Amino acid sequence: MLAIMGLDPRANHEPALLDFDTVSFVGLDGATILEGVTLGILEGQVSVVAGPSGAGKSTLLRLGNRLEVPTAGAVRFRGEDLGLSDPRVLRRNVGMVFQKPIPFAGTVRSNLKVADPVANESELGNVLQRVGLDSSFLDRVADVLSGGEAQRMCIARTLLTKPAVILMDEPTSALDPKNRLGIEALARELANEGIGVVWVTHDLDQAHRIADRIHVLVDGRNATASETSLYLAQDTPEVGT
Amino acid sequence: MNATTIGWAGLVGSFALVAIAIALSFWQRLHLTRSIVWASARAAVQLLLVGIALRLVLDSKASVWWAWLWVIVMIGFAGFTIRGRAKEVPGIFVLGTLSMATVVVVSLSVIFGFHVFPVEGRTIVPLAGMMIGNSMTACVLVGRRIVGELSDKRDEVEARLALGLSWQDASRPYVRSALRTALVPQIESTKAVGLVFLPGAMTGLVLAGVDAVDAVTVQLAIMYLVLGSVATSVTVIGLGLTRRVFTPDHRLRLIVRASH
Ligand SMILES: Nc1ncnc2c1ncn2[C@@H]1O[C@H](COP(=O)(O)OP(=O)(O)OP(=O)(O)O)[C@@H](O)[C@H]1O
Ligand SMILES: [Mg+2]
Repeated sequence: MLAIMGLDPRANHEPALLDFDTVSFVGLDGATILEGVTLGILEGQVSVVAGPSGAGKSTLLRLGNRLEVPTAGAVRFRGEDLGLSDPRVLRRNVGMVFQKPIPFAGTVRSNLKVADPVANESELGNVLQRVGLDSSFLDRVADVLSGGEAQRMCIARTLLTKPAVILMDEPTSALDPKNRLGIEALARELANEGIGVVWVTHDLDQAHRIADRIHVLVDGRNATASETSLYLAQDTPEVGT
Repeated sequence: MNATTIGWAGLVGSFALVAIAIALSFWQRLHLTRSIVWASARAAVQLLLVGIALRLVLDSKASVWWAWLWVIVMIGFAGFTIRGRAKEVPGIFVLGTLSMATVVVVSLSVIFGFHVFPVEGRTIVPLAGMMIGNSMTACVLVGRRIVGELSDKRDEVEARLALGLSWQDASRPYVRSALRTALVPQIESTKAVGLVFLPGAMTGLVLAGVDAVDAVTVQLAIMYLVLGSVATSVTVIGLGLTRRVFTPDHRLRLIVRASH
């Protein structure tokens, strides 16, 4: 069953793992980027956050990983305000995967060890297997991986922190269609393992393929019911970026 | 010691060289005559004033406190100079001044603690000046470099933070590379010294009539001192600046880069 938030407000009543509660965010230049956004991320589900470019989707994810702090409202993980917890612990519970793969200098092994310095070879091999790579990648130099391999490695790196929620900001926008489907399938597997997956996209076909729920943002706020149906009914969805 | 001075006549004589520069400017229509005259006159006035003041400070009968006051003023000027050359670096004036002060305290404690030189105005002022001058350049370099690295590698730094690393761990590879960049030229020039160029202190001593081997020992002591000072100041700037670029709750601040 696909719940489309804004169309069916009642679907939001289960207790959320990660909860954005009337969150506002004002940028350094004084511009309001988010205004009173409310949405909940449930465990074991793929929650898609969709909306036009500049709607504030990336900013919302950055608030979830505490790379930004809300100007008003609260973000809560398992009911606890993010402002009250150690950001280093929180960020391992609420992991983040960025739009472009960001390999660090060195091998895949050294990349993974940034996330977990004490991981042993079998743990490293297992996490690579989970993202569809294998342990032969461990000694490869990370910056020369293909886009799809690099993004998988970045997901593996985040998985090593054993997150309960994983925030993915347009994780397939830099990938070809085949790799795009591969990462989508991976997101589904992670949700099946119980992780709350947040997936930002403005590819509506993709949103419909993977979402358990879709939240639409416009102009930094929750879309109204009519805006949501209008946005989702576009027959020429922006694909890719 | 048979000290060499050039006297006022010598100074006027050396001004003939400025006349050559002026003549060249006329001949090639460089329109630099005014600049050349102004620069030479300004240098003469500035240095003479400094010389007169130094004579008072360095006078063996003068209290050594005048020398320390002189050092404090030098530290302040160094702070301003660093800020002028690294405007895009946040808080560089305070950090620069602080690191110059650290360098002076640490190095002079070592020098005077081990009785390398006697504690006199005549040693305090030039030694402090030498260390501040060299450290200043390195501080500008490392400050700009750290801000440059952390803003160029912003994505990587945030990806590290996002994995739960502290700001210290997230920034370490980039800060380390900036520190190396600032220190390596100093180490290289220490290696090449004597083979490629004769350093300033030694040149000055030899010109003033000091025995070459005596000049070398003084120069060596100074070079080690400079190397230590540069390393100290660069580290102070590196640690202080990195702390400022992050918030206490491990977020990377937006760093505004001034256009050059
Ligand atoms: N730190 C910031 N300071 C000021 N403005 C910002 C900041 N970060 C983002 N913005 C602005 O906030 C708005 C929302 O940006 P955001 O990146 O969150 O949108 P988005 O929905 O992810 O867009 P896209 O689909 O293009 O990625 C944009 O207008 C952007 O220019
Ligand atoms: Mg975005």
